[in-house]
Amino acid sequence: MWFASPDEVRERLAAVDYLADDGITTSVFLAGALGKPLLTEGPAGVGKTQLAKAVAAATGARLIRLQCYEGLDEARALYEWNYKKQLLRIQADDDAWDDIFSEEFLLERPLLKAIRSDEPTVLLIDETDKADVEVEGLLLEILSDYQITIPELGTIVAARTPYVVLTSNATRELSEALKRRCLYLHLDYPTPERERDIVLAQVPGLPASIAEQLARTVAALRVLELKKSPSIAETIDWARTLLALGRTELDETVIGQTLGVVLKHNSDQARAAKELGLPARS
Amino acid sequence: MKPVMKTVMTRESLVDRHLGFVQALREAGLPVSLAEGLDAAGALTVIDLADRNTLREAYAATLVKRPSYRPGFDMLFDLWFPPVISDGTGADPDADPDRDTGERRDRAADLEHAEIPELRDRLADLLMDDPDDPAFREFARAMVERFGRVQAAAGRQSWFSFAVIRALSPETLTARLLGRMLTERGGLPEKIARQRISRNIARFQEEVATDVRRRIAEESGIEKIARSTVKPPIDRIDFLRVTKAELAQLRREVYPLARRLATRLTIRNRLGRRGRLDFRRTVRASLSTGGVPLTTRLRPKRPHKPELVVLCDASDSVSTFSHFTLLLTFALREQFTKVRAFAFVDTVDEITKMFAPGTDVIDAISRMAQEADITRFGRTNYGNVFERFAERYADAVGPKTSLLILGDARSNYQAPALDTLKRIAGRARHAYWLNPEPRAQWDTGDSVATGYGSVVPMYECRNVAQLAEFIETLK
Repeated sequence: MWFASPDEVRERLAAVDYLADDGITTSVFLAGALGKPLLTEGPAGVGKTQLAKAVAAATGARLIRLQCYEGLDEARALYEWNYKKQLLRIQADDDAWDDIFSEEFLLERPLLKAIRSDEPTVLLIDETDKADVEVEGLLLEILSDYQITIPELGTIVAARTPYVVLTSNATRELSEALKRRCLYLHLDYPTPERERDIVLAQVPGLPASIAEQLARTVAALRVLELKKSPSIAETIDWARTLLALGRTELDETVIGQTLGVVLKHNSDQARAAKELGLPARS
Repeated sequence: MKPVMKTVMTRESLVDRHLGFVQALREAGLPVSLAEGLDAAGALTVIDLADRNTLREAYAATLVKRPSYRPGFDMLFDLWFPPVISDGTGADPDADPDRDTGERRDRAADLEHAEIPELRDRLADLLMDDPDDPAFREFARAMVERFGRVQAAAGRQSWFSFAVIRALSPETLTARLLGRMLTERGGLPEKIARQRISRNIARFQEEVATDVRRRIAEESGIEKIARSTVKPPIDRIDFLRVTKAELAQLRREVYPLARRLATRLTIRNRLGRRGRLDFRRTVRASLSTGGVPLTTRLRPKRPHKPELVVLCDASDSVSTFSHFTLLLTFALREQFTKVRAFAFVDTVDEITKMFAPGTDVIDAISRMAQEADITRFGRTNYGNVFERFAERYADAVGPKTSLLILGDARSNYQAPALDTLKRIAGRARHAYWLNPEPRAQWDTGDSVATGYGSVVPMYECRNVAQLAEFIETLK
């Protein structure tokens, strides 16, 4: 058992500075209780990866991370045979043909490592949408039965069910088969109230009044139709910037000067300046 | 069917309710598989059923796998698992259990008799606070109880939210709230305060509407109200029937969509990596295996750079559709090197420049309406448009171009200029026509859909889902 109840999830995540709402606590709890992988989807910078790290930190489990990218294949995700060692063995011993496919020559990659781990493990499969469609097929066996079939060795069943978190930015639709096997958590931008608390938790020393103003301003920015809405991570950066600059008040001039921290497109900055009535940047 | 309190639910009634809810979700168009239904049932055994928020999130985590389905899900959940029932037997499970119930009853009695100005004061207080406070919902419920009952027909009463909103008119509280939140008016603080107020007012209206639906469901059955209130998810909404609020929501879909299309196209290009053998890299790779070329390396395929020419109907009859497609064109411009866009009503003009990367898209659309020379008499004339296009922009379409025509093919009974279109399309590598009208309406009235469709393959494109589907077939 990973957690006893959603409330316990909230407390233990809060202890590692991750503030969760009802949606997060319930799905994190269910993922542990039902032993199902948790798929988190949402815009960049809302704490999807951070959630997996927080779960690992809160439970004291080992975090194994598989970063997905285009062209990721079996050899880098699952396992690989150590060709060099196998060749050397064959050259050294002519009768070795039969035993070059054994444990000794197996190179563990993140998925296999997570399956074979004896200690509690959180497996983070990051940015699943970046990988090719074939990789999803590869994941299906692992995610539904927690086992891996290696033709030469047979099926390896998980010693201990890992806690699996998948993240996706929704740059493409993940396959129905994958979604069906997972619990789904859509992480979106938080309410101003929650964002204020997050900023306060992440940036110690920031006055509460500034955090409040920041959260409200960022909420106002997100309503505008921007190319890239500011993420929580960027709000936190903004808070750190203000702290470093020693500002105690968030007025139009300060926002105008530091807007680059949260808005990274020129057209977005121009639009925000126009809509919110900020002084033009020199 | 009478709603039953979850706390007194027996196992059978819980199973029934669960099955009914899953069935209702399916009827509303959410693809809930058997396995997912079982997952949800499994989840019910490990959570605390008396906690309504946990129950809601547990269902959402197991059954709702796409954010666009969430609003419909929430609406159905509120109907199937109502927070209270009207005859006053159920306490609100969301409310703070520590709070003295006697005090709450007093307050409820208070709300039944208070004068309207007093109620407005109370609403103003609530709108200043965090709308997640249970008191907020309680107040909305009490107001529906008091004002929401309307005589629908002789001897029949029903519940309406407009009566509640009219009695309290929360919008007119804005000025007072602004005065309380701010010491001085104007500038950024006012903008932010206004936004907060309107967010909370919208939230109040939503709570009222939810409670009205709950009461109607109690009186005339869940199934009936569910069918009429649950709207299709945003990516299935008809372009031609979209409301203003939905359009703003659709706009947010555009960038992810364009990005998705771009990645899709590049992935397609990289599939089939069977280029020619790269001898140098193969030999280099073989060194690590003692000179045995275990893996062969192939040269990457030369990427094909698609060029896009978009011809977009900007007339009023398809304005929401063209608005959306212009946004998409704009978004695609940032993903592809060569996109040229043209807009037309009864003559055609190039609008590529107005949609240059970095410009503001909303500005660009209003600029297009003012500056582009696309209207002569104001009635769509496809024939003339194709003639003018062939005359003025013949060079835009070449053997590498994909030509995309967006419009309803309704030409007001003018000559369709099919030959000209055939000539233009013949020069392009691919040509497609997206029609926002349902297929059943093609060829009715002044539509020349089949005529144009015989020259350029025509696809029905009524919502975002169909658009996404179409682009995945694009080469």
